Amino acid sequence: MVNVRIFVTYKESVFDPQGETITDAIHSLGFSNVKKVNVGKFFDLQIDSSDKKVEEVVKEVSEQLLVNFNLETYRYDVMEEA
Amino acid sequence: MKIAVVVFPGSNCDVDLFEALHTVCQADVEYVSHKEKSLESFDAVMLPGGFSYGDYLRCGAIARFSNIMPAIVEFAKQGKPVFGTCNGFQILTEAGLLPGALKQNNSLKFVCKTVDLTVENTKTPFTSQYGEKEQISLPIAHADGSYYADQETLAKLEENHQIVFRYAGENPNGSLNDIAGITNEAGNVLGMMPHPERAVEALLGNEDGLRVFKSLLESGKNTIEEAAF
Repeated sequence: MVNVRIFVTYKESVFDPQGETITDAIHSLGFSNVKKVNVGKFFDLQIDSSDKKVEEVVKEVSEQLLVNFNLETYRYDVMEEA
Repeated sequence: MKIAVVVFPGSNCDVDLFEALHTVCQADVEYVSHKEKSLESFDAVMLPGGFSYGDYLRCGAIARFSNIMPAIVEFAKQGKPVFGTCNGFQILTEAGLLPGALKQNNSLKFVCKTVDLTVENTKTPFTSQYGEKEQISLPIAHADGSYYADQETLAKLEENHQIVFRYAGENPNGSLNDIAGITNEAGNVLGMMPHPERAVEALLGNEDGLRVFKSLLESGKNTIEEAAF
C-alpha cells in the first residue's frame, strides 16, 4: 500500500474569496507581513500498489473526479509505504 | 408533451418544479428517481434545485454518477429539452452538458432574495414567451452560484448567444459577465441559478418564472405540429 495526498486548489486566474477573507483576518491579528493565503483541500488515498501504477491511478482519479478543471488544479505527494 | 422531474437524494425543489408544471400549467409531468435508467416516453427533462448528495466534493459532482445520468446525457445529445435550476444547473456543468462551473459566491454567504434579470435570448425552448431584453425578477437561493469559465469559453458563450439570463441589477454572487443562465451550443440544454418554479403564481407574489414553463410547453406543441405536417 502507498499513501498519496492529493492537493486541490483554485487556478491562479480564479478568485478565491475564502483566501481573501482569511488574509484580512490574519491582518486583523497584526500579521501584516502575511501577503496572501490560498485555500484548498486535500485527499488522502491508500492505494494498493501491486497492480496498476500508482501515478496512473492518482492521475485518473484526480482528472475524472477530484478536480474540476474549469476552476481547479492539483498536485500530489507520494508518501511512505503504509 | 410529457415532462420528467428527476429526483436525486437531497433534491428539495422537486415538488416546486412538479407543481409549477402540474398544478399551474396542467402539464403531463412525472417524478423520475435517480435510480431509473431510462427516459423513454419523455419529451423534456427537468433537474430541480437542492443539495444532491449533500453537495459532497463539489455541488453536483456526485449526481453525475447516478443511474439516470447516462440517459440524461443521451437525451441532451438527441437535442431534446433539458433544464436545470440551481443545483440542477450545477449538475449539468459537472456532467459536462454545459460549459464552465459554479463556484462559491464571492460574498461567501448563502444569498436568498429576489433579483432583477435581463432575458438575453428568446430563441430557446425555455424563453420564447419572453421579450428580447425583457426585464424580469426571479428568486435566487444559493451559496455556490458564481459562474466561472475561462476567457475563451466566455467569448464563445457571448458569440453564440448562449447567455440566456443575466443579472440586471447588482451581481449577487460574482458571476463572470453577470451570467445567471446559459444554454449549450445547440440551445436545447438550459441551466440557470434563479428559480422560475418559485415565481409562477400572483398569489406567491411573482409570476415572472411562469413563461419558462409556458415556453417549453409551447415548443412541444410546435414540435408535434411539425411532425404532423
